[in-house]
Amino acid sequence: MITRFIDRHQRWLFPAPAVIFIVVMMIFPLGFTLWNSFSGWSLTAGRPNTFIGPQNYFDLLRDARFWNAVLNTFYFTALAMAVELALGVAMALLIDARDYPGKRIVTSLLLLPMMATPVAVAMVWLLMFEPTAGVINFVFGQLGLPKQLWIAGSSSVIPSLVLVDVWEWTPLITLIVLAGLAGLPSEPFEAARVDGASYGQTLWRVTLPMLLPTISVAGLLRFIDCIKTFDIIYGMTGGGPGFSSETLNIYTYNQAFYYFNFGYASALLVIFFTIVSGVSLLVAYSRRRLEV
Amino acid sequence: MKVLQKVLPFLLLVALVAGCAAPVAAPSAPAGGGAAAPAEGAQPYAGTTLRLVGANHPWQEAITPLLAEFEAATGIKVNFEALGEDQLNQKLTTEFTAGGSDIDVFMQRPLQEARVMQLNGWYEDLTNCVSDPNYDFADFADGAVGTTTVNGVLTGVPIVTEQEVLYYRKDLLEAAGLAVPTTLDELKAAAAALTDKDKEIYGFVARGQRSPLVTQFSSFLYSMGGDWFDADRKATINTPEALAAIDLYGTLLREYGPPGVLNMSWPQAVAIFAQGNAALYTDASSIYSNMLDPEKSAVADKTGVAKFPAGPAGSIMYNVTSWGLAMHSGSKHKEAACEFIKWATSKEIVLKTQGEGAVPGARESVWADPAGAAAFPADWVEAVAASANGRGYDRPLVTAVTQARDIIGGAVTVAIEGGDYVAAANDANAQFQALLDSEQ
Repeated sequence: MITRFIDRHQRWLFPAPAVIFIVVMMIFPLGFTLWNSFSGWSLTAGRPNTFIGPQNYFDLLRDARFWNAVLNTFYFTALAMAVELALGVAMALLIDARDYPGKRIVTSLLLLPMMATPVAVAMVWLLMFEPTAGVINFVFGQLGLPKQLWIAGSSSVIPSLVLVDVWEWTPLITLIVLAGLAGLPSEPFEAARVDGASYGQTLWRVTLPMLLPTISVAGLLRFIDCIKTFDIIYGMTGGGPGFSSETLNIYTYNQAFYYFNFGYASALLVIFFTIVSGVSLLVAYSRRRLEV
Repeated sequence: MKVLQKVLPFLLLVALVAGCAAPVAAPSAPAGGGAAAPAEGAQPYAGTTLRLVGANHPWQEAITPLLAEFEAATGIKVNFEALGEDQLNQKLTTEFTAGGSDIDVFMQRPLQEARVMQLNGWYEDLTNCVSDPNYDFADFADGAVGTTTVNGVLTGVPIVTEQEVLYYRKDLLEAAGLAVPTTLDELKAAAAALTDKDKEIYGFVARGQRSPLVTQFSSFLYSMGGDWFDADRKATINTPEALAAIDLYGTLLREYGPPGVLNMSWPQAVAIFAQGNAALYTDASSIYSNMLDPEKSAVADKTGVAKFPAGPAGSIMYNVTSWGLAMHSGSKHKEAACEFIKWATSKEIVLKTQGEGAVPGARESVWADPAGAAAFPADWVEAVAASANGRGYDRPLVTAVTQARDIIGGAVTVAIEGGDYVAAANDANAQFQALLDSEQ
């Protein structure tokens, strides 16, 4: 009897666990956040979870800290992605250039920064960046270079945070690009050699164009990760000095878990979600165009 | 989405805990009703386990070794979970919001969170609990009790009091032929004279981090004649007095402070002072052992403590209850929790936490007892006694206090960085006014 029931409803039953999981863990939270973003829910104001219309969104548009956070988020993301993509591709080309003993070991070593826990990474860099007692300024002093404020200066904080992100995540790009390089056909390269193309010409006209789909996937992955970077910023600056490294994610966190304005924080999240999915769709679309 | 990701696991956990907790709570109920076996008469709550959530704080360090006494005397088991201050606040709020939390007793910062928590009904009013004449609640300083009383609800029993004081390096002042600063002008002059950046000696250090600095900035603000808002709830962050205070605090840290001060809360500032890199330091009286304990400080024998220096309005420092011990309204062991709170804040135990553990409490009889003040350096006791008439708040008395601190602290950090602090203060004043208006 049960067997017959299962047989008859196979196509519903087998995907059911996955469907339930997606509904409970993704669709419900998303819907609930959307609902909250139209509510005035706030513990500090003592307001319940009741509908107030798009008021939160209007308030956001006039919120200087929101725009500051948008700016910081894109500054961090753009800088980190530019450096990581350039460095990551260059490292991959360098590693792939020729065979040498220990090549595998180099590739494995690349994985190490990515395996470290981000909060632990943040704590170690925090100590290294310390302006008076930190090792980086000590080395700078020994080399006769001027000591820097690093994460304690409002103009140097984001580049310093980018440095940490670059240290941790450039290898990811390198590994993806290495995989892409391994999958390239050899005929175009032979043709280029026969035609007498120099290394630079081959790189610019053959290798990179063929790698573009791979690079764009790596870039998209890094974009999504960069824009939602939380752990290293929270662990190292908490958005400071002042508000100079407060990204959208940190601001949302402050609104939700320090100010307890859950409605407002939800509106921030909805905007954040729209930005991330918008850019992702754009990249996916342009990638499809590239491949055609 | 994030809100839910955080809350959902808690909901599940709470559901689990609620399922498990019910049968555990049941046996303790008849015991509390007095129907226990005669042998257990002295221990009506034996077998109960209390969940206590608190901060990593000298009081927690002082009380922890004493818990065994309480457990032996009452048969109540106490599980003390200690967290960082920010994590503590988040844990409490998340658990209480999710509902059904099994936290019984918690450490709370009355000025920081009592208004929000009271508004949300998370406190058990302790008025009845402390009414036992043997306990002598009248012994607690009125000001301290006033701080923990919100809208008529006694939200907690004061356990730690603090005032802002000036820590100074005796040897450096002496070498420069300077007296201990008694006015803010003298403080600035001394900070300038003692700064020697090549030798990494900085004349002044204090908190520079956006939110933590606000409480220690408060005494500068008050002494310059300012306040957060006036009697009509009009924000006063950009008055001439407040601007002078912001400028002074910013100048002291920018010109005479160590590099990286913008990322410093008290642990970082203390570290600079305790390593011998700073000459003057204003912060809470309660953290003095970090500078005066030879195990923690390289300058323990060279550090003095003085009353907060006077500004144009006089020497007006804060004098507050920084921590209270509170009971969760959802506790399933309220009688046992009350027993614990009364024990932990009894004369006997406060004499130990204060007299031996050196945590300044709020019981007047303990301060009057020579043993109660014995653990503290003489100049510290003098500075604290001189602060008795200080203001009872070190941050604006509003519900959205974290937000208010960020708004005000943000303007002060602009001054520390040497930016246009007047514009920043005007901006902060408008934002703070909007916040005040939203709370009426």
